[in-house]
Amino acid sequence: MNQQMMIEAVALSKRYGETQALDKVDLEVPAGSILGVLGPNGAGKTTGVRILTTLTAPDGGRAWVAGHDVVHEAPAVRREIGVTGQDATLDEALTGRQNLVMVGQLSRLRRSQARRRAAELLELFELTDAADRVVKGYSGGMRRRLDLAASLVKRPPVLFLDEPTTGLDPTSRQRMWGVIRGLVAEGVTLWLTTQYLDEADALADRIAVIDHGRVIAQGTPRELKAATGSQLLEVTLTDPHGGASAAVAAFALGAVNLSDDGRRLRTVVRSQAGLSTTVLRALDQAGARVDDIAVHQPSLDDVFAALTGADTTAESEAIVEGVLA
Amino acid sequence: MSATTALPVRVYAPSPFERLRSWWADVWVMTRRNLIHIRREPMQLSDVTIQPVLFTLLFIYVFGSAMVLAGGGNYKEFALAGLLVMNLTTSTVGTAIGLATDLTTGVIDRLRTLPMSPTSILVGRTISDLLAAALCSTIVALTGLAIGWRPTTGPAEVLAGFGVALLFSFALTWLNACLGMAVAGAESAQGIVFIVMFPLAFVSNVFVPTQGMPAWLQTIANWNPVSAVASACRVLFGNPNPSGSIQAWPMQHPVEASLIWSIAILAVAVPLAGRLYRKRTRD
Repeated sequence: MNQQMMIEAVALSKRYGETQALDKVDLEVPAGSILGVLGPNGAGKTTGVRILTTLTAPDGGRAWVAGHDVVHEAPAVRREIGVTGQDATLDEALTGRQNLVMVGQLSRLRRSQARRRAAELLELFELTDAADRVVKGYSGGMRRRLDLAASLVKRPPVLFLDEPTTGLDPTSRQRMWGVIRGLVAEGVTLWLTTQYLDEADALADRIAVIDHGRVIAQGTPRELKAATGSQLLEVTLTDPHGGASAAVAAFALGAVNLSDDGRRLRTVVRSQAGLSTTVLRALDQAGARVDDIAVHQPSLDDVFAALTGADTTAESEAIVEGVLA
Repeated sequence: MSATTALPVRVYAPSPFERLRSWWADVWVMTRRNLIHIRREPMQLSDVTIQPVLFTLLFIYVFGSAMVLAGGGNYKEFALAGLLVMNLTTSTVGTAIGLATDLTTGVIDRLRTLPMSPTSILVGRTISDLLAAALCSTIVALTGLAIGWRPTTGPAEVLAGFGVALLFSFALTWLNACLGMAVAGAESAQGIVFIVMFPLAFVSNVFVPTQGMPAWLQTIANWNPVSAVASACRVLFGNPNPSGSIQAWPMQHPVEASLIWSIAILAVAVPLAGRLYRKRTRD
């Protein structure tokens, strides 16, 4: 092993009653990189974070964070980590500043240091104006930001963010992404769970897809997209042509989708070299004239759907149609 | 023999003194945090501010109007120590509610991922509640003084009386910490005051001398720690103490009995609270 692993899980398992929340999960995160842990609700993402941050004990397997065993050396692990959970872990009756100072002092900073660090973070997260207001009156986005700030007080080398942008508006989300990129540029190792594929695509060096407590795929975003072995083919004809669908169907993995005006064809095809040329030739032989032909890499959405069996594309399309109707 | 020399490994190993200092620092941070909570919601404090005044006035003027103490003595003089102990006893349920609330809100997850001492969550809670109890005692005493209660002993004895009462209140705070962690949430904790604390406070010599009770109830009341503490305060304040003529050992030696009871409760409740906390936060 050349690279130092900051987070390592070996055969990590946890059962809650009938539910196997984690089932022999093996994962590792090299120092200074981001692992995106992707999965639907209830896949076991949060259980993983809770075990690695010493909040929950595993039933089986072992895990190390910054070289310390999460079960037997929990206090040592706690000195190295920052955590932002899915639910806000703020003290509602304290002000934003008091929350950060408290966390700082309990992280072994002196009071003066804790106050200075709190002021820095409030500035960074644009909370200075609200700093001395009670958290109870904060908006959802402000809470999220303060919660993230609280996990950064002691400048932890390892950071766990459990769905940090869930429920944020697009602007706040972009801002959060900026903060996360900045942290990793400083050398922080990050475990980021998310339900958003674009988030994992945009931020993570590697992605692990979890479903029903198991790691069902992992790799870089590019590797994952390639691994499905399929691409999206889109053809635009000059005029509708009866033989076009049949010509394209020869390459298709599923049904060929024809637009209402009969000019646009969409289908999923198996990746192969020279695909566009081959398809074009087949259409030409069928007598169809082609305006445009495009082969797309699948989005992570397609990958995710293929892996978990959940048809997210169909679902989101249904939503779009619902909105338009 | 090994030819290699072991490299010095950097191990985080603080001395016992450093540990104690950082433990105390954590306790103080948690105590301050609880005090900020109280300041933020003054109604939380009503059971140690408004309630003592109300109870003191109600009991002295309503019950006192019809009360003739066996062996003579003024009811007001008799009742004040009892009301002090009763108010302290019932207000300790605040510990159970506070702790149950902390354990069911997200803040506990934040605290548990910090390199702080876990016991400081419990100790900070009981210390802030002890400070609230001291405020409660002061308010009862001032209310008493305003309506004519007077201690007849010296300042040292009077302070010792409050000390005995506060030590008992501190012991009950730990007992409530256990109850607060044993129940599901803050609402259930609220129920404790009726199920545990009210009988404890009322089956005693707090409002009436026990001599008039049925024999079996008298035995319970005479051995109730609350009776011992109320008697101890009466003795130390130099107020009428009809229980002094009762043969039961705690009534003959109320100060000693109060201290023994308090220490015994602490000896059981403190380790039990630690165990319950670990059990509550395992998953």
